[in-house]
Amino acid sequence: MFYKLKDAVRLYGHYLSINVRSAMQYKTSFFLTALGQFLVSFNVFLGIYFMFRRFSGIQGFTYSEVLLCFSVVLLEFSLAEMFARGFDLFPSMVRTGSFDQVLVRPRNEILQVLGSKFELTRIGRMLQAVVMFAYGVSHSSVDWNFAKIMTVIFMLIGGCAVFSGLFLIYAALCFFTLEGLEFMNVLTDGAREYGKYPLSVYGKKMLLVTTFLIPYALVQYYPLLYILDKDSRPFLIFVPLLAVWFLVPSYALWRFGVRHYQSSGS
Amino acid sequence: MKKYLSFFRLSFTMGLQYRAAALAGIVTQFAWGFLEILVFQAFYEAEPEMFPMTMSATASYVWMQQAFLALFATWMMENDIFDTIASGNISYSLCRPIRIYHMWFSQSTATRVSRAVLRCFPILIVAAFLPKNYRMAKPASAGHFGLFVITLILGLLVTVAFSMLVYVLTFFTISPQGVRIVFTSMVEFFAGAIIPLPFFPANWQRVLELLPFASMQNVALRIYSGSMTVTEMQKAVALQIVWLVALTAFGNLLCRLAEKKVTIQGG
Repeated sequence: MFYKLKDAVRLYGHYLSINVRSAMQYKTSFFLTALGQFLVSFNVFLGIYFMFRRFSGIQGFTYSEVLLCFSVVLLEFSLAEMFARGFDLFPSMVRTGSFDQVLVRPRNEILQVLGSKFELTRIGRMLQAVVMFAYGVSHSSVDWNFAKIMTVIFMLIGGCAVFSGLFLIYAALCFFTLEGLEFMNVLTDGAREYGKYPLSVYGKKMLLVTTFLIPYALVQYYPLLYILDKDSRPFLIFVPLLAVWFLVPSYALWRFGVRHYQSSGS
Repeated sequence: MKKYLSFFRLSFTMGLQYRAAALAGIVTQFAWGFLEILVFQAFYEAEPEMFPMTMSATASYVWMQQAFLALFATWMMENDIFDTIASGNISYSLCRPIRIYHMWFSQSTATRVSRAVLRCFPILIVAAFLPKNYRMAKPASAGHFGLFVITLILGLLVTVAFSMLVYVLTFFTISPQGVRIVFTSMVEFFAGAIIPLPFFPANWQRVLELLPFASMQNVALRIYSGSMTVTEMQKAVALQIVWLVALTAFGNLLCRLAEKKVTIQGG
């Protein structure tokens, strides 16, 4: 078991090094694209900044509170993206039939799909997320204590799981549709984009859907209430970890897809 | 002129073939617009007096932004053009008795129009029947609507003229990724795609309105709901024309320069 895990990590590292070397063949383009990724998410921040230059709050949340919310969601997303965005290219793998090659190799197929492509330029967004996170935490008027720090860490773990689960579902659906479903972008990029404001902003129904159907609220709204002292019930600290369960149906769907996979390539 | 018109027609009919993609786009953009309006609504409820436009004008702005996304989104570019430069197939076009700039200009205008034609009506029609605060409102007057159509076309042409600069710059950089992403994220922000220009602080707004980016989607979408005064509208239309002329002239010049020293990639 331990040997297997070590082997998987080694393979993953090898994939990573191949991807780094290939990206470094186009250095200027790499740095510019990374800069672009940085700018794109910086735009979102500027949007928040300028809205709060005009307005003093949104549904009782102040600028610094929204900033903390935005930065945590951005970091959750970026972490998931680092590991699981390889699924982005999965539609073309299915269509061209290169998934067949993956299936005949004696290694885990998810590991291979993830290793097929790392979007290294996403490092720009990651950088942006880390900077934002530091800024958001230092600008928040939160009285940090052990419980709150743990809450943030749980949020990152849970959020990473939710977004990874969504990427996995996106890939699994390709088994049936043979193409990437653009609508899934609403659930991933859309959640990153609109998760900048606490979910209660979008109304009660939205909060209900994001609690039970796709558990964004578990990794954003509820623990945030605890951190911001708006709700002091201690179970909220562990609520984000519940979101990890989201990986179970996602993985089940993926397994189901793999079992029903019919090669489409020539 | 005739040959460029047929380039336009070709790309236009080709663009109309992608109906499934359009359907997916419609669903996505509808969700996007809805969330955007909910955010504005939440801000509006707390401090309606701070709103620079009426809520109904803001909702219309958001819906039109989603419906006409394909006209103004600078990140939607012709990948074919980038491919011809990177692969070297550009050499065939260079042999033909046509101006590359004009050909690409008509092609990318056509693609944008065809995409928008497929997408805009379902979005606008559904948006027109939503509850009051979320609804796509009627235009302020017939005159406003006429001017809206004219400025929409001008805005599209300015957007295409601007993205032409990115295509032409690819002659020098070969890989388009970098130039492209820096340009597009800049445009997004300054054109009012992230938040509409009236929501910026007054001194920012004064500067932003002079830039070419304000001549893209900003003018048409604000004229529609009557959120501009007559003098503001005159100035905005004049600026659109000035920028269109300046950007095409510059693009043409740059394209000539690039054609002279172009290196063909690949064999």
